[in-house]
Amino acid sequence: MDILKQMAEAVISGDAEHCASLAKQTIENNLDPIEAIQQGFSKGMDTVGVKFESGEMFLPEMMQAAEAMNAGVAVLKPTIESAGSGSLTEFGKAVLATIQGDMHDIGKNIVKLLLSTSGFEIIDLGKDVKVELIIDKAEEIHPDVIGVSALMTTTMAYMPELVQELQELGIKEEFPVMVGGAPVTEDWAKEIGADGYAKDAVGAVRIAKGLAKK
Amino acid sequence: METALRGRTAEVRIDPQGPVVIIGEKINPTGQKKLAEALKEDNYGYIKKLAERQLEHGAHVLDINVGVPGLDEVALLPKIAKRIASDFDVPLCLDSGNPEALAAGLKEVPGKPLVNSVNGENERLEAVLPLVKDYQAAVIGLTMDEQGIPNEPERRLAIAEKILNRAVQLGIPKQDVVIDTLVLTVGADQSAAKVTLRTIELVREKLGVNISLGASNVSFGLPDRQTINQAFMALAIGAGANCMITDPVKLAPTILACDLVLGRDPYGKRYIVSTRKRLA
Repeated sequence: MDILKQMAEAVISGDAEHCASLAKQTIENNLDPIEAIQQGFSKGMDTVGVKFESGEMFLPEMMQAAEAMNAGVAVLKPTIESAGSGSLTEFGKAVLATIQGDMHDIGKNIVKLLLSTSGFEIIDLGKDVKVELIIDKAEEIHPDVIGVSALMTTTMAYMPELVQELQELGIKEEFPVMVGGAPVTEDWAKEIGADGYAKDAVGAVRIAKGLAKK
Repeated sequence: METALRGRTAEVRIDPQGPVVIIGEKINPTGQKKLAEALKEDNYGYIKKLAERQLEHGAHVLDINVGVPGLDEVALLPKIAKRIASDFDVPLCLDSGNPEALAAGLKEVPGKPLVNSVNGENERLEAVLPLVKDYQAAVIGLTMDEQGIPNEPERRLAIAEKILNRAVQLGIPKQDVVIDTLVLTVGADQSAAKVTLRTIELVREKLGVNISLGASNVSFGLPDRQTINQAFMALAIGAGANCMITDPVKLAPTILACDLVLGRDPYGKRYIVSTRKRLA
């Protein structure tokens, strides 16, 4: 089996050590590290995403796969940075936060983990993040997408506030907002003027990539 | 230590020595599109059916949560709670993150309901505990605070103590505070349930109060959730939890089996009668 296939397989089986050793091999063999990631590890994550959505793979397996991929990418990172030839973050920056008043950050952290394997630089503002802080950060670092999550119907109410504030400041077009979390629905996301909604982390990656490209 | 709840006519006692009390969780629109629609369209018939079905399957108390984005919870919670209370005699558990909605609900509900919930956040304690005191209700205290849900059992215990102290300072009897030790999914962190089980033991040992648990979260993201929920629930009850906020249709049989195994069901009567009915 060629090394790229092995890399994909190592991600799918969630084998961090194997991912790291395959990454070392690609360096020794002078393979392009960016290509190795895109044609190797990322292909594995794509398969994991498909299998997660079809119910063949489950949350802990997906998390383990993402962590395995990150272990491999960490090995390749110095080579990529010293060559200065390509970028690990082709889709740009994503600002993530669990919204104001909400302490539940498991979902946000899973989205973060998955986005980190998908070509995004993540700026994680943590949990219970005030709407103003999200906006300040957006203006400071110009993200390609903002992702906010809520687990409670009471804290969800801050999501429209975020969208409205961005509109009022005239920067809504610049910083697309995607929303998610247990009580959030697609209809509601549309209603409040959010640019994207996903029901799980795999969907969030797809939405984020779509929004970041625009 | 015994927490007595009262509905219009029925009384339910939560007691560490007694059988586990089941709070039916299904009247909660989060993730239940049909119920959200029913609430929007004022289709009380659907809500009533949810209540009936849970009571038939062994719920002792009904949780009432009407939080739908865009709907006025302050008007809706008392309205629905009042209707449920006039149709069913069991105690209610008023479930809202909005203290105004809780206040409005408490005004309309007969007997002695359970308030779901307060937590260790100062703002929340100050907003909710006076209501519990004024209406002589009981309250669930979640072991989380401004910093979130701690990963260490000792820190969750400390939050439980804080809630209990604040309640007692206000004149709420200690037995009217039920502590919820919270559980997160083992799908994201495989040590999550262990933290909860240890917290249950600590609260049982150090504080002696009744312990509630919403036990369906534990299996999120995993296959065959029912098996995990059953296993976790049995372990939690073994550790000292004695009030389950859950779907009785799915989990009442497991809970009744736990009571039997723990020697709280003389002659196995409750288990046998309910199982005969279920399998008939």
